[in-house]
Amino acid sequence: MPDSIDINYQFIIMKHVSPEKLKTNNYKFPKSKTGIPGLDDMTNGGIPKNRPTLLLGNTGSGKTIMAMEFLINGIVLFDEPGVFLAFEEQTDELMQNVESFEYNLAEHLANNKIYIEHLQINLDVIKETGKYDLEGLFVRLDQAIKKVNAKRVVLDSLDSLFYGLDSKILRSEFKRLLAWLKEKKVTAIVTAELGDNFLTRHGLMEYVADCVITLDNRITNQITTRRLRIVKYRGSYHGNNEYPFLIDEKGIAVFPIISEAYQQKSSTERITSGIKDLDEMLGKKGFYEGSSILISGTAGTGKTSIASSFAFSVCNAKKSCLFCAFEEAPNQIIRNMQSIGFHLEPMVKSGVLTFYYARPTLQNLELHFLAIKKVIAELKPTVVILDPITNLMTEGPNSDIRSMLTRFVDFLKTQHITVMFTAAITVGSIERNPSDEGISSMVDTWMMVQDIEVDSERTRSLCVMKSRGMAHSNEVRKFMISSKGITLMPIISEKNKSKADAKRSEKEHLNLSTSKESIGTKDSSR
Amino acid sequence: MPNKIPEEVKVTKKPKGIEEEMYVLKLFVTGILPNSIHAIKNANAICEQYLEGRYELEIIDIYQQPSLAITEDIIAVPVLIKKFPLPEERMIGDLSDIEKVLKGLDLV
Repeated sequence: MPDSIDINYQFIIMKHVSPEKLKTNNYKFPKSKTGIPGLDDMTNGGIPKNRPTLLLGNTGSGKTIMAMEFLINGIVLFDEPGVFLAFEEQTDELMQNVESFEYNLAEHLANNKIYIEHLQINLDVIKETGKYDLEGLFVRLDQAIKKVNAKRVVLDSLDSLFYGLDSKILRSEFKRLLAWLKEKKVTAIVTAELGDNFLTRHGLMEYVADCVITLDNRITNQITTRRLRIVKYRGSYHGNNEYPFLIDEKGIAVFPIISEAYQQKSSTERITSGIKDLDEMLGKKGFYEGSSILISGTAGTGKTSIASSFAFSVCNAKKSCLFCAFEEAPNQIIRNMQSIGFHLEPMVKSGVLTFYYARPTLQNLELHFLAIKKVIAELKPTVVILDPITNLMTEGPNSDIRSMLTRFVDFLKTQHITVMFTAAITVGSIERNPSDEGISSMVDTWMMVQDIEVDSERTRSLCVMKSRGMAHSNEVRKFMISSKGITLMPIISEKNKSKADAKRSEKEHLNLSTSKESIGTKDSSR
Repeated sequence: MPNKIPEEVKVTKKPKGIEEEMYVLKLFVTGILPNSIHAIKNANAICEQYLEGRYELEIIDIYQQPSLAITEDIIAVPVLIKKFPLPEERMIGDLSDIEKVLKGLDLV
């Protein structure tokens, strides 16, 4: 259970390694930032500067892309030109393959910021006639580095380069290559296949670089998850666990777990829920900024409406809001909310409201969060809404989900983002719903919406189950959705109450009298 | 000594047309590293013995002409490339295995 380990891990870090301590480690060991979100957190500042790092992974695990991203980030973020030596793919092939990412490779090539060269050694058709070495590789690499004044180098991949080589030559050349790269003072990523134990098979592990990272591509419940692990990092603290990562059209992002454990800001600022009456119930001011809010309720009780109302009020205040819809398509939400007076469409157009829509089964929960995190990093929203969170919960065992959700909430808190989840619960399981139990304990404000029967009439009701750090109402209120929005009303006004009481007593009297009558008739029959 | 050419290796009789063909060879080396020096010696000796008067051997030091390493896609050195007659053949190493070299040159 990698996720349960993660929790322990967080705990250990928080206990034994203070952030200050980590900072003092930094100056000892020069590092080169990869610019890949998350990876630099895991490595506490990047991969070893001016040294080779080994990137291992199976076919299709994302080695080439990660290596390419390392170079591109070097150019874009750190003004460090790079060299990409491809032993597998032709230059134009490679360019086509990474075209789908926003790398602007052609532009960097034209600006002499990157140099790509394809090298091929095909020993099948070459005869060996005596002693030789791979000096040609060094000559070409040296030339390439000089050409763009490279600070970063990628060799992709070792297997293709060394394929068919005599293992004695291979060993000496591999060792020489690593030493040579260090001497050239370039930060290098060397990729290799993981599956066939290339390195261990040739006894190369002992020479292996100061930093070894493995990539993995695993399938559970028909959902693929890419994971990354730092196997070894000489002289530096690093995260030990496997971390999921995501490849999308912008490149790679790793889900960092360590960074989220630190420093949650707690705000005393309030943010309105968008429903005046609800604010009143919440100490007259609404939610705390940067807190987490859960709305749970059965189907058709108005969870999405409350969430939309919140989004609407946030956007009206010209703050950015991210609405993650996992059930209804954004268009449908916009249409439906139109009917109750929330005109979301102009907000989407002006950019204050952003919808993230994904099918829960598309990928696992962790990757959903990762994808959402990427959007958050771009948008920097004030409020994030997840509707409904329970739909995501079908993917994977409950304990995993809980820890993932905890981490996600932690992340949002560090970012000072207010998050609202909605959770659909089934009728009858209101008190004991396992998934609900999981989330409700970790959120700051928990509201329950449910259908109750008042005077033989189905009525929506809302109550605040808990709300940390504020005086909140314990009242169950009637919750009305009209074309003008949402209003909350006392469920039974004094008048109604007496009326209802009167009705009830009347009823009870009637019951009593009828029973008396029946008793009476029984008596009389005797 | 690897560069000594054994006596017993004999050139087999070839059809006339092929025998008169001109050989165009390129030897890529790296400075004066031992492998390179051996390769140059061996290449010269082999050419003199088996291709006398009908060969053209160009020796290229990729330390001095690194761009040629790219155009010819050189990684392993030393390497002897038989440009002509076709097909092109590549022989890597210091050319001390004469039999393999002759096979590569299509002389056996």
